[in-house]
Amino acid sequence: MAKILMKGNEAIAEAAIKVGCRFFFGYPITPQNQIPEYMSKRMPQVGGCFLQAESEVSAINMVYGASGAGARVMTSSSSPGISLKQEGISYAVGAELPLVVVNMVRGGPGLGSIQPAQSDYFQATRGGGHGDYRLPVFAPASVQEAVELMAVAFDVADRYRNPVMLLGDGMLGQIMEPVEMIEERKEPLPKKPWASGVPEKEGRSIINSLYINPDECEQHNYKLERKYQEITKNEVRVETIGCEDADVLLVAYGTMARICQRAARDAKKELGLNVGLVRPITLWPYPYEQLAKCAAQASVKHVLCVEMSTGQMVDDVRLAVSDMKPVSFYGRPGGMVPTVKDILAKLSSIKEGM
Amino acid sequence: MEEMLIIAGFGGQGVQLIGQTLVKAGMDEGKEVSFLPSYGAEMRGGTSNCNVIIADEPICSPIVNEATCVMALNRPSLDKFESAVLKGGALLINSSLIDRKSERDDIEVFYVPANEIAQEVGNLRTANMVMLGAYIGVSGAVSVDAVMQNLKKTFGERRAHLLPVNRQAIEKGIQCVQEQRAKAEKAL
Repeated sequence: MAKILMKGNEAIAEAAIKVGCRFFFGYPITPQNQIPEYMSKRMPQVGGCFLQAESEVSAINMVYGASGAGARVMTSSSSPGISLKQEGISYAVGAELPLVVVNMVRGGPGLGSIQPAQSDYFQATRGGGHGDYRLPVFAPASVQEAVELMAVAFDVADRYRNPVMLLGDGMLGQIMEPVEMIEERKEPLPKKPWASGVPEKEGRSIINSLYINPDECEQHNYKLERKYQEITKNEVRVETIGCEDADVLLVAYGTMARICQRAARDAKKELGLNVGLVRPITLWPYPYEQLAKCAAQASVKHVLCVEMSTGQMVDDVRLAVSDMKPVSFYGRPGGMVPTVKDILAKLSSIKEGM
Repeated sequence: MEEMLIIAGFGGQGVQLIGQTLVKAGMDEGKEVSFLPSYGAEMRGGTSNCNVIIADEPICSPIVNEATCVMALNRPSLDKFESAVLKGGALLINSSLIDRKSERDDIEVFYVPANEIAQEVGNLRTANMVMLGAYIGVSGAVSVDAVMQNLKKTFGERRAHLLPVNRQAIEKGIQCVQEQRAKAEKAL
């Protein structure tokens, strides 16, 4: 298929439609407004439903309802709006409902700024709402990857009956890049015999997250936990670039990883330093093993984690690398984006200390 | 080739359109491209800018902090981005609206009276296309034909009658910088 130039937000929305998502409930917030805007135009064309709710809380509960009825459904928002949706996401996890949530992260806390940030990492990867749960979190670095991961996100959500998050940032939402749009899904959507309103089914389906008896609630939590162990075993995704015999490893995700990739290239030229890049594509489950393996190489003297925050993923990097190699952090919060120059300066000071 | 541009001006001057037209043309000619707009409380009369990259190699960072070319359509844009031009790079100044000269002596500077040229070709609203032409004249990053193909799509049938005046504006922009470059080379 020929490449077309598309804005990240619009490409994500189109990809969702391509893989059979026919229901979108949302509430506007910068920098993801082109997703609902695009959906409002496209959904009626494909016989789907777009609805702008009166709030994020309302939107996520509409998603809950649609998913409970067996629909392929999604919502999108940005940081403050995602905070509002957390209650509904937790309920959806409890009721084992598959759905996809897109978060185009902006600077926080509170209303914060509207520029790109990665400060929702903890919220995304540690559950987000109340209760003992996790969401699979996909972090695309380009519009092309975002489109491809949307297809994966819906499938993973259905396979494990768990909400899935696509974690981008304002930059990914706003950038325009050539993209080869994914093909329309040909095979029918997975059957959902557990859903309510299945005509051929006898009896009622109960979509609920209430287990008033703690024994039962404990068993339910163990069931979820077994699911998370399966996801951890099966769904880890990571890209490594130039890590073989690297002197220093950069670890970054999403659009930040692209800037790091450039810094790694320039470091070779300007500092004579071999810099590899480890780019987690799933932030949960996290590629601990793959990162540890890269860091364990004798050539690697230092690991530098770069984020658009004051340091969140760096905790996972430390868990992976442990005390094998020194780990440092560089980042800028609040909607400011570290530049290639900033990262080179940090690499240069690391080189001096090596 | 790795062209890294910052295009900046008032909202409504067509800054985003210049950027989008360039990347679409670049993509059609088989180049790697990215377009990153400034976003937020953008409005007519406010400031607006975008980062454009047109390259042979796949693009890593889509952000342009150091530009091979800065296109300044108004004075605040010149003040803000003049220092971002890489040594040896190019600065295109819309001299119709900018009353000062560049302070840099390590880059190529072109003064393009875009509004006057646009008026000359018969449509003031083609001033952005004059600047786009000037950029093509300086860099050769994309062809005029590829740009016109895309404008044709953007304009549709309803505005197809505006294509010739836009082409003229682009060509005048090219001519403007080429004359300045020839003059500068002669002076050496």
